[in-house]
Amino acid sequence: MTLQHYLVISAILFTLGIFAVLTRRNAISILMGIELILNSCNLNFAAFARFMTPPEDISGQIIAIFGIVLAAAEAAVFLAIILAIYREFGSIRPDEVDTLKG
Amino acid sequence: MQPLSNIESLLYFTPELLLVVSAIVVILVDLGVKNRESATVAYLSLAGIGCVFAAVLLTHGQLGDRTSISLFLGMIRLDAFSTFFKVLLLLATTATILFSIRSEELDAQLKGEYYALLLAITLGMFLMASSTNLLMIFISLETVSLTSYILAGFLTHNPRSSEAAFKYITYGAVASGTMLFGLSFLFGMTGTGDLGQISTRLTELLAAGEIYPLAVLIAIIFVLAGVGYKIASVPFHMWSPDVYEGAPIPITAFLSVASKSAGFALFIRFFYSGFSSSEVMQSVDWTLMLAIVSALTMTVGNLAALPQQNVKRLLAYSSIAHGGYLLMGGVLLTSEGIGAILFYLVVYLFMNLGAFYVVVLIANEEGSEMIEGYRGLASRAPLVAGAMAIFLFSLTGIPPFAGFFGKWLLFAAVLEQGYYWLAFVGLLNSVVSLYYYARIVKAMYLEAADEETASTSTPFSTGTFALLSVFVIPTILIGFINIFYTFSNISVSVLPMQ
Repeated sequence: MTLQHYLVISAILFTLGIFAVLTRRNAISILMGIELILNSCNLNFAAFARFMTPPEDISGQIIAIFGIVLAAAEAAVFLAIILAIYREFGSIRPDEVDTLKG
Repeated sequence: MQPLSNIESLLYFTPELLLVVSAIVVILVDLGVKNRESATVAYLSLAGIGCVFAAVLLTHGQLGDRTSISLFLGMIRLDAFSTFFKVLLLLATTATILFSIRSEELDAQLKGEYYALLLAITLGMFLMASSTNLLMIFISLETVSLTSYILAGFLTHNPRSSEAAFKYITYGAVASGTMLFGLSFLFGMTGTGDLGQISTRLTELLAAGEIYPLAVLIAIIFVLAGVGYKIASVPFHMWSPDVYEGAPIPITAFLSVASKSAGFALFIRFFYSGFSSSEVMQSVDWTLMLAIVSALTMTVGNLAALPQQNVKRLLAYSSIAHGGYLLMGGVLLTSEGIGAILFYLVVYLFMNLGAFYVVVLIANEEGSEMIEGYRGLASRAPLVAGAMAIFLFSLTGIPPFAGFFGKWLLFAAVLEQGYYWLAFVGLLNSVVSLYYYARIVKAMYLEAADEETASTSTPFSTGTFALLSVFVIPTILIGFINIFYTFSNISVSVLPMQ
């Protein structure tokens, strides 16, 4: 496996994530798309750290670990907001949550 | 200069530590407060902010002859630039807390969490203004984002607030994910997370032809998605009208001023210390891109504001437009341009917070944010109407108010660099903006109130007028006081220009 393999995989993950966010009509699926985006970034950091920096420099891996932590925090807040949306609107489909516009 | 180690850095990190302590104290004290209507925790957080303010000044004094100190092994930097933004952010937080005490929207049960979150978001913004490492930039941005999602959805029994939070987090999470993707490529190309080293490495690599300039440009565009979302620039502005309309008014005021200032702090530091060396600028032309984004942002903001009936939403679009004006100063990243941005941020803080305070007052009085609620305000409360008119004229940029001087500096910086078309677009936009600001003034002065509101309205208290004058006086005077120009320029001069 070379660096290119990892980069291609992470680019595919990133595109799938954006695609999911744009096309899915369910808040949970959108959250899954966002997680894909964040994971593609973590993969990128880990791959670059392995191939582009000296082995004793672990800053890339550290960034990837922080990325995982932040993704978890974001998922927690997102789920809490989805719950609030469900209580108020009785639905988690974004196209039905549309009182604000103009 | 050598970065300080973790332990040595703590001494210079007291303002941030104090913010953490006050947030914890607020939560703990809130557990013991029996009377849910009392404002104890609010005053406690104000006291906390006061201590932080003193600490910011003291820490800045410890700099002595040094222009900057790099802390925590190069993660954050203490310099006049970060101190400038810390003071600005503390002012915004103080104003937001005062608005929250007077606002009747907020749930009395959740006061402790509310003020603790406000202190936490201030901490995140402090870090945004001082980060010099990709990791720290991302963490601070996420701290601010996650907290503001919660604050936007804080009115738990209000569908509009929940919807605002939902839209905010959907846009925000995608934008920050995209930004992290761009950061990962910057890290990969240069093998380091430090902004200063990125700048030197990029210069070397571009000169040696080892990386494609296009790759750097794409990484920059990805990063701009995250930063652009924070400052609500086109095309990442879509969240902002909905969020501003749905969120509690004090939070809307906070997001439109503090979040935008912190976003600009990050933007300036990132581009100025990372990508402004002439070699990088030659091969990677991102200035034209910024100029177009700036022109689009102010045009879209102003045109969309024209038909608005809800004043909060109108101010949201106006704040998008102001993001566009501010970006003008950042187009070529000259020190004059950045000085103008900093000065305009000070002006914008006072006039925009003042306008939002009037929105809070009217919402308390009439329970409405629509333009109809402002009819006949001049006869009911002449002082409040006069103050609102001053804020709105200052936002338009009419002399002699501070907004005029701010815009004048921004236009001067753009003209100096030869971007005549951009200055022309900015000028046209200022004219357009007069139309919708003047609509509110017209409602206040020339239209009569409904019988019902005219009879039920209660006079405003002395405290209200005192707080209002805190915003009115700077809005009138800042333009004439030299110290603010000087302070803005000193803050810029310390930024490292590689």
